[in-house]
Amino acid sequence: MHLATGFDAWALTLTTFTPLVGLAILLLIPRAEEQLIKVVTLLTTLVTFGFVVYLMSAFDYDKSSQLQFQVKKNWIPALNVHYHLGLDGISLPLLALSAFIVVLCVIYSWNHFPEPHNPKAFFALLLLLEVGMNGTFVAQDLILFFIFFELVLLPMYFMIGVWGGPNREYASIKFFLFTLFGSALMLLSFLALYFKGGHTFDIPELIAANKHGMTHGVQLLIFGGMFLGFAIKVPMFPFHTWLPDAHTEAPTVGSVLLAAVMLKLGTYGFIRIALPILPKAASSWAPWIGLLAVIGIIYGALGCLAQSDMKRLIAFSSVAHMGYVMLAISTLTAFGINAAVFGMVAHGLITGMLFFIAGSVQHGYGTREMSRLGGLLTQAPKMGWILGFCAMASLGLPGLAGFWGEFPAIASSFQPGAGLNEALFRGFMVVAAIGTVFAAGYLLWMLQKVAFGRPKPEFAESHVHDVATAEWIAWLPMLVLIVVLGIFPNIMFHTTNGAVTALTKVFGG
Amino acid sequence: MKTYWFLDHAWLVPLIPAVSFAVILLLGKRFGPRAAWIGICSVGASFVLAVGSVIQWIQHVGDSTNASGTKSAIASAFGGISVAAEGKTSDSKFVAPIVHTTTWLQSGGTKLHVGIQIDGLAVLLMFVVTTVSLLVHVYSTEYLHGDRRFNHYFAALSLFTASMLLLVVSSSTLELLMGWELVGLCSFLLIGHWWEEEANSSAALKAFFTTRTGDIGLLTGVIMTFFVVQRATGHGSFDILAVNASAMKLGAAHQQHTLLLLCALALLLAIMGKSGQFPLHTWLPDAMAGPTPVSALIHAATMVVAGVYLGARVYPIFYQGFHIAKGPFNIMAIVGGITIIIGAALAFVQDDIKKVLAYSTISQLGYMVMALGVGAWTAAIFHLFTHAFFKADLFLGAGSVSHSGAHHSFDMKKDMGGLRKYMPRTFITFLIATAALIGLPLTAGFFSKDEILAVAGANGFTFFKVVGLVGAVMTAAYMTRCVYLTFFGEYRGGHASPAAHGHDEHAHAPHESNNTILIPLYVLSFLAIASGYLLAPEFKINKFTDWVTPHIGNGFVTFSESKFHWADPGIAVAAGLIGIAIAYTFYWTKSYGQDAAAKSPMLRAGKAFLVNKYYLDHLYTDIIVGGIKGPIANAAYWVNQNVIDAVLRYTGKGAVVSANFVYNFIDQRAVDGFYNGTALITGEAGGETRKLQTGRLQEYAWVIVGSVGVFVLALAIWKG
Amino acid sequence: MILNQFLLLSAFLFCTGAYGVIARRHTVLVLASIELMLTAVNINLVAFGASLNSAAGQVFALFVLTIAAAEVGVGLAIVLLIYRNLRSADPDDLAELKG
Repeated sequence: MHLATGFDAWALTLTTFTPLVGLAILLLIPRAEEQLIKVVTLLTTLVTFGFVVYLMSAFDYDKSSQLQFQVKKNWIPALNVHYHLGLDGISLPLLALSAFIVVLCVIYSWNHFPEPHNPKAFFALLLLLEVGMNGTFVAQDLILFFIFFELVLLPMYFMIGVWGGPNREYASIKFFLFTLFGSALMLLSFLALYFKGGHTFDIPELIAANKHGMTHGVQLLIFGGMFLGFAIKVPMFPFHTWLPDAHTEAPTVGSVLLAAVMLKLGTYGFIRIALPILPKAASSWAPWIGLLAVIGIIYGALGCLAQSDMKRLIAFSSVAHMGYVMLAISTLTAFGINAAVFGMVAHGLITGMLFFIAGSVQHGYGTREMSRLGGLLTQAPKMGWILGFCAMASLGLPGLAGFWGEFPAIASSFQPGAGLNEALFRGFMVVAAIGTVFAAGYLLWMLQKVAFGRPKPEFAESHVHDVATAEWIAWLPMLVLIVVLGIFPNIMFHTTNGAVTALTKVFGG
Repeated sequence: MKTYWFLDHAWLVPLIPAVSFAVILLLGKRFGPRAAWIGICSVGASFVLAVGSVIQWIQHVGDSTNASGTKSAIASAFGGISVAAEGKTSDSKFVAPIVHTTTWLQSGGTKLHVGIQIDGLAVLLMFVVTTVSLLVHVYSTEYLHGDRRFNHYFAALSLFTASMLLLVVSSSTLELLMGWELVGLCSFLLIGHWWEEEANSSAALKAFFTTRTGDIGLLTGVIMTFFVVQRATGHGSFDILAVNASAMKLGAAHQQHTLLLLCALALLLAIMGKSGQFPLHTWLPDAMAGPTPVSALIHAATMVVAGVYLGARVYPIFYQGFHIAKGPFNIMAIVGGITIIIGAALAFVQDDIKKVLAYSTISQLGYMVMALGVGAWTAAIFHLFTHAFFKADLFLGAGSVSHSGAHHSFDMKKDMGGLRKYMPRTFITFLIATAALIGLPLTAGFFSKDEILAVAGANGFTFFKVVGLVGAVMTAAYMTRCVYLTFFGEYRGGHASPAAHGHDEHAHAPHESNNTILIPLYVLSFLAIASGYLLAPEFKINKFTDWVTPHIGNGFVTFSESKFHWADPGIAVAAGLIGIAIAYTFYWTKSYGQDAAAKSPMLRAGKAFLVNKYYLDHLYTDIIVGGIKGPIANAAYWVNQNVIDAVLRYTGKGAVVSANFVYNFIDQRAVDGFYNGTALITGEAGGETRKLQTGRLQEYAWVIVGSVGVFVLALAIWKG
Repeated sequence: MILNQFLLLSAFLFCTGAYGVIARRHTVLVLASIELMLTAVNINLVAFGASLNSAAGQVFALFVLTIAAAEVGVGLAIVLLIYRNLRSADPDDLAELKG
């Protein structure tokens, strides 16, 4: 193990906890000083992102399979818990995504605060959320991971519960209980790993010791517990029902963060913890995961087609898209897991953008009912075209980021690893390919309803603001990234490939 | 080794329009209507580069013909795949494609490449795309003059040109897929150009959605090409040369036939979607909702032939997967054959001139796919080449008629007729293109269609030769009807139709279009004749075969050269003339009376040809032509609209209905109900148990003391 | 056996105290009853200590006495505050923690 020295030893800690410092400063500022609150928050997130940029530049891409910037200190010696942070090729893109999206969310919020108007509380929660998200992606100790993983829940609960839509109480409680339920089982699994796997919570150590004397049955059970915890977060069919409610009710920024980063915590957990620590159990579970994933793909798409609310439609599309990610993971191949990581980032950018637009549409029209909308292209042409662009990206148009999550995911299921049943996975492949048509169906249908045609009489006279400056600043980086990642996918694949290849060695490929 | 600048730098050809797209999109407002010139200049630059490529490719072929390829040279061309010797090896000449690639992405030990593969096929398509695109750009400046989204239109055209060229030069199937989807996107944008009307946006959606259905096949097929290479060499790859060489190798060794067959079937599905093959053709007529120059460029000359191009590009997959060399029947030829007849029959009953042309395009695409199916690779590409020019000419001609002669209407029966007198130049160009489409002697269509039929016969696909001939009769007949309704008879469009696109030229009488529109028509008319003389066995010209047909050792199908018989063109010409004659006689007697026919010289010619048979064949004409025009075509159309289209429509509706069901009952009630039920039970249980917590101190004390008492009692009983 | 008498006295005192805790309608008297119960415990401790010839019982009894004093001090202060706020010292009126 190579522990980092000098500034590098602090880099991950700073990335994780800078928002907490910002939060402390924020709490000292009186509530009325809105401008100051905004500036402080923006600076905090920018500094955090600055650290991430440093990490990206100092990262050794040729050794992406090794943990870099590692720091390991005793934390709770009695339980052998360590403060262990580290960054490898799988964590890096997700950490970058997290820090990046939060900055854009702050910029978007500049003049889009949800009611009740309370920037201080809102930003405080946002910063707390960032601590949890960043921490989850760099934690290398199960207990530390668990704490960060759970830390995310609380701010999101309040965001939905306080600033949400009319049905917010139901949605927030549902969100909280669902995830907590999964977490409880996940914690049980972690404890079981501790007692059965050599009294350590250290992830690299657990991975290295994968020949510990657990019976297959025990492995299956432990994996099952983790599966529930992570699958609820992803969310996979049939644990997805919290998602549409939470998304629909959450304020725009909440939806964006939920879609862009929080869903990835689940899939990241699979890749970081469940697969490498319990490879045997993973290959036993994989067909079922794959099955649930393709059901999710079709099911999510059907769910989309039945919606009349634009935001709810986008929420359901997340179920379908995360289905591709999970399908890719369930193939247990390097090709698939690379695609999964790419898919996570792409979905984060694209669906995040779609939620931003849905928020602005609601801001402009006061409704998200697609039957009442129409003619966005005539009233706010720029926003309309951006919506069209994102719809195209979301349905997996080659040349845009979404494609590189979707296509390799489908391709990898042609020949799954670890001796999985090829015929079964080829069946999944065909279903997943059919899913792309469904995706085109619902997204274009939404586009037609919202953007094409002429405005309905009730909104014919109303003046809808086209994309404002703050929105441009927040959106443009995402749009550019969607294109850049679509044309130069190797930016991502090069980063993740080393780590993923090392990971999948246990599966024989 | 000589280097060829134009061929080595062919990636510039798609790049220039792509840059133009970005410039028009971002800076278009500053330029105003002059933005069109950015598009024209960029496509013009691409055109120059394409012409340079053509010249250098011809040089390259000439240089390579003398130097016979060594085995190692052949192997290196296929990325190290040793090609099994099947029959003769390097005694046939070896013209290596120019390939330049770079790593696109790496994933788990696999490197995927992106780059250019320049060979005769690519160069040909580059020439066709840039030529037609340039002409359409010029034409559009007048046709869409004053359009409310003039700049958007040219941006989309630029993007389309770039995507189509990317598809053409791509060196891997994955890259090809990228271009394929992008042209689909541009088609969507341009069909829906006037998206205020719901009909237009629906047509755009339908087009995208239908081709996307075919793309299920493309996705899975492209994935399978990767594994074809993996099975043959041990390392998967999307590179087209490797795919072709692997397919040939596996086919020769009789291995993995199931994989090849599945791959071929999947890709055929993609072809059916993109190239409007039965039964996925229904989107193409609807796509006529877009501006006419778009129809000419995308839905006649270039994008719809992407399917045929794909078929030609990875032809060994089909060749081995369908055993094309063996049988008189295979699925590819059957799909093409059905499409020829279906498309042609439907063209009879259309009143909209663009729809006639759309169905005609479907039918002609059927020829190309059938040609691939019968092993007539060169003929298929040659027909693609000539068809691009004369069909674009027809569409632009129809646009000219509508723009200047019919108040932006496309209805032949209501708003046209007799335009020959008002628009003589448009008329002549239209007539030339029609002759080429029908396949009258000495036009391009004559040579290309003949080649298909001749090779089909020579390869033993007699049935499909007959299908092609029947199609030729029908083509001649419906085009005659179309020309007749548009240009002959009395002008019927005197009344001003409601404003179509915001112009106010209603008061104008029909007049000839201006030069911006006419010059593209002249050029295309010239090409509609001249392009045929690259492969004219009647004159012993075989340049097209030399230049375009791949000569790359055993990495591709080796085609036997068919011998030329004068009988083939003879029969085909006869078929065309019969078609013309039947159609004219029919319309002359039934619909428009003696006067209309008397005015037309062509009619008299047709009449002269048929006059002796006329009274004898009165019944025959009624039944055959009337039958085709009436019941059969109507039935086909009915089936088309009510069965096939309905299947598509009801599949869509069914999906929505089942979606509603799934959402409302399964998701909201069953799945969500389960969770809500769990929550409810937990809540109820909590509600009951919380009554125990009264908050009264002394009750708690009672419970404590009472339970201590009970425990003491229990202990006493147990111990004592 | 002399221990039995002490234990019987202690049991009687404890039951009286428990009855007082359960039944009295005034918080001060409830506190007083608790004192009774603690005294019962003390008697037990001392008695057993004497019987087993160990000083531990008396030491514990001293501890209990100290804690009982402290507890009464805090308890009375709480009762006083409750009375000030609620104008009542009836334990039944203090059902704020009802679920």
